[in-house]
Amino acid sequence: MAEFKVAPPDASAGEKLLTWVDNRFPASKLYKEHLSEYYAPKNFNFWYFFGSLALLVLVIQIVTGIFLVMHYKPDAALAFASVEYIMRDVPWGWLIRYMHSTGASAFFVVVYLHMYRGLIYGSYRSPRELVWVFGCAIFLALMAEAFMGYLLPWGQMSFWGAQVIVNLFAAVPFVGPDLALLIRGDFVVSDATLNRFFSFHVIAVPLILIGLVAAHIIALHEVGSNNPDGVEIKAKKDPKTGHPLDGIPFHPYYSVHDLLGVTVFLMAFTGVIFFAPEFGGYFLEYNNFIPADPFKTPPHIAPVWYFTPFYSMLRATTDVMINVLVGIIGLAAVVTFLKGNLPSKAKLAVLVGAVVVCGLLKTFDAKFWGVVVMGGAVIILFFLPWLDRSPVKSIRYRPSWNKALYAVFVVFFLVLGYLGIQPPSDIGTLVAQVGTLFYFGFFLLMPWWSQIGEFKPVPDRVTFKPH
Amino acid sequence: MSDQQVDQAKRTWLIASGCAGAVGGLATAVPFVSTFTPSERAKAAGASVSVDISALKPGEKLTVEWRGKPVWVVRRTPEQVAALKTMDGQMADPNSDRKAYPIPEYAHNNYRSIKPEYLVVIGICTHLGCSPSDKFQAGPQPSLPDDWKGGFLCPCHGSTFDLAGRVFKNKPAPDNLEVPPHMYLSDTSILIGEDKKA
Repeated sequence: MAEFKVAPPDASAGEKLLTWVDNRFPASKLYKEHLSEYYAPKNFNFWYFFGSLALLVLVIQIVTGIFLVMHYKPDAALAFASVEYIMRDVPWGWLIRYMHSTGASAFFVVVYLHMYRGLIYGSYRSPRELVWVFGCAIFLALMAEAFMGYLLPWGQMSFWGAQVIVNLFAAVPFVGPDLALLIRGDFVVSDATLNRFFSFHVIAVPLILIGLVAAHIIALHEVGSNNPDGVEIKAKKDPKTGHPLDGIPFHPYYSVHDLLGVTVFLMAFTGVIFFAPEFGGYFLEYNNFIPADPFKTPPHIAPVWYFTPFYSMLRATTDVMINVLVGIIGLAAVVTFLKGNLPSKAKLAVLVGAVVVCGLLKTFDAKFWGVVVMGGAVIILFFLPWLDRSPVKSIRYRPSWNKALYAVFVVFFLVLGYLGIQPPSDIGTLVAQVGTLFYFGFFLLMPWWSQIGEFKPVPDRVTFKPH
Repeated sequence: MSDQQVDQAKRTWLIASGCAGAVGGLATAVPFVSTFTPSERAKAAGASVSVDISALKPGEKLTVEWRGKPVWVVRRTPEQVAALKTMDGQMADPNSDRKAYPIPEYAHNNYRSIKPEYLVVIGICTHLGCSPSDKFQAGPQPSLPDDWKGGFLCPCHGSTFDLAGRVFKNKPAPDNLEVPPHMYLSDTSILIGEDKKA
């Protein structure tokens, strides 16, 4: 426990009050640790806006969500009409609803950019592994939150999207059908499903999200922010003050800096809300303006854009793809056996493991493996800190060809996203299969490719030009 | 701390009470997880449905709802039953060998039914879930081939099915219409949703 402080006798009333509070709750201490004396590297660039923007969108979603719940009815018979009631009859209800629906897409925009920043600057590397892991957990929770929220308007896309996704769980061998039944709480997506998704969307997942965000920020402030140079600013401290030489207090420097980001973001955000709230059918799909009808499937079911890269990977996993995977695993096992620098017992284990995996791949349906691939594409992100073996953190000091590799990765991710929106086609499936292999190859081969090439010298201090 | 003696008896009891607490915690989770399973009302709505077919005349169809889906019972005329065999060549999957909607063993025959006379299928197109319309009248008519012998036409994307619910070749629907589990309670009554296996 901290020492009991006494305010000087001539202190103002405010100072006395703060002393009184500080003796009972660490208000000043928290303020200093997280704002006025949290030293962040001074060379942050454009990419560093998206963390604070994600926090802003979270607040927007929670506040608008609270107000939407006041008018929404989680009942299969009333839900669709209650959303239209919010749109037409509740004063300014349309604005709140469009803020919430646009906020969902905006959340994914800023989170994808935020994650990409971490990827290129090596922000997940030691000692920031847990910052990254908490972040991936936030991403996972966010996907669950978005998926369950999408059911609530009870439109055709809500209903059939949920039907398709819940049926994915039915593909799990042995327990699948029972698992799907447990999720739906009925034999089809129904009122029971709507009610439980509402409960998860409004209470359970937001609580988890807020807890994870707190853990993410606490972990970040414990280790300190990374920066575009990937240089540890704590390594060079001012001998007098003990503060990092390349660090500046978060408040006021970055709080004001982030205000610029917030301003630009809000311009784009309100622009979408007022002029293109449906965003051409990408933020709000047109089929969702038709009430859910369990007897009639829309001609083309596509998830909302932020799920489509992963949905593409699901669809890419066909029987042909399984055969390709079996071939790749077999080849990798043989190469390990012949060339690998491992004890012979470990080599044998690799070979046996590969045979077992190939056997399983051929035993269960491609549909099930599609689900595994889709889930694995997200789960693999958690392991990134241990996959990257590069001697430097930031892309700035990696071999030049790494930039091309990251560019191809981004292009494939976008192409997968585009294909996931389109109806399936032969050529699309082929491209998606190549993209899926590249996505997994990028991560699974990272322990090898990240060590290859000529690395540039990393400076002692961050590169920064005063302006 | 480390130089203190460990009180083994106390430690044993701490472990035991910890385990007892964990068991209690798990037991408490049971009712919570159970609430996720279908309620009694959902089970009643999803339960099997018995259909009285005594009033069904040859060439007629009746529809019942089972688990939120339309189930058709069609009484085929002898001519319609005879026509089925002649059409094997036009079917995508004449013997119902595909596994997407596995057909129950008792209906895995030329008629896709227990009794040749009565067809029981789920009236949802296997393409994208529209409900096909009845086209029992044989002969040339719009959207159908001239040698039409009776069946179903899906209005959404034009898939056609014969009177055994088998899909014609080169149509959008990949599979024959699904046969639900069903059994005869008597000659005039069918139970849909349960069979003798269950």
